Amino acid sequence: MSEAWLVVAIVGAGTIALKSAGPVLLGGRALPPRVMAVLALLAPSLLAALIVTNTLGGDREIVLDARAAGLAAAVAALLLRAPLLVVVAAAAVVAAGVRALGWLA
Amino acid sequence: MGDGARAAAPLAVAVGLFGVAFGVLAADALGATAAVVFSATTFAGSAQFAAVSLLGTGGVAGAIVAALLLNSRYLPIGVSVAPSLPRPLWRRLLAAQLCVDESWAIAHQGGGRYDARVLVGAGIVLYLAWLAGTGLGLAGGELIGDPEDLGMDAAFPALFLALLAGQVHDRRGAAAAVLGGAVALALVPFAPAGVPIIAASVACLVGLRPGRA
Repeated sequence: MSEAWLVVAIVGAGTIALKSAGPVLLGGRALPPRVMAVLALLAPSLLAALIVTNTLGGDREIVLDARAAGLAAAVAALLLRAPLLVVVAAAAVVAAGVRALGWLA
Repeated sequence: MGDGARAAAPLAVAVGLFGVAFGVLAADALGATAAVVFSATTFAGSAQFAAVSLLGTGGVAGAIVAALLLNSRYLPIGVSVAPSLPRPLWRRLLAAQLCVDESWAIAHQGGGRYDARVLVGAGIVLYLAWLAGTGLGLAGGELIGDPEDLGMDAAFPALFLALLAGQVHDRRGAAAAVLGGAVALALVPFAPAGVPIIAASVACLVGLRPGRA
């Protein structure tokens, strides 16, 4: 098996297992209110972490590059109540522009 | 399901474009068939991008570990949606596979409850967009060029930011977001990719503080 297929097979099977574990092990049982209160905050916790790692994450270092300028544009677009696609496009356009001008890598 | 599909339409455009970017990057690193199978089975953008970028520099083991660590967030995510998923078991398993960051976020009705119809409807639309995007990127990679030149890497955090804005309704939600972001940032210099994200899930323990849910 080639290296590419090894990665695809293991990561694919592993991801399906990770997604299935909770629903299979828990069944359809309702969780206690305190657990629900905690799980309700999982979305903001993980989304914030995804934003940080996708914006400033490098290879074990914090990197300030064009992605940060793009995110700043997204924040501005959100504050102006722009629709989702405009928010995403603003980030891409600003990051691409900053990069093309050579201001940030 | 129709509600979820409609709500996911703008997300699907963004996810489809990420799929194109993935297809472009994966064409050389994986080859077309493996790249399509990867998108069809893993269906998780950040993990797939990480695996492809590490396959070149970090070797096979590094690519596998990083991708699985990134996707380890689906363990707590799966626990969070479990009580809301349909019966019987095979339907639960199918619905669970359609749970990705974006479909999970828009299916959240607040208070830890999820609308399974929105999750499945949005998940199907996003799945098709992701596969179609991957195929387009593989086919037309030379025409598109380097996805970074188009700012695609900045579009990812912007998408998550827009989803986050829809999730924070009160002070506890805001506190969890700030804490989760801080934990992730603090760990980025020390931990392999994926670990900062899964570690940030401890921020949801803010929910143990007494107060209005």
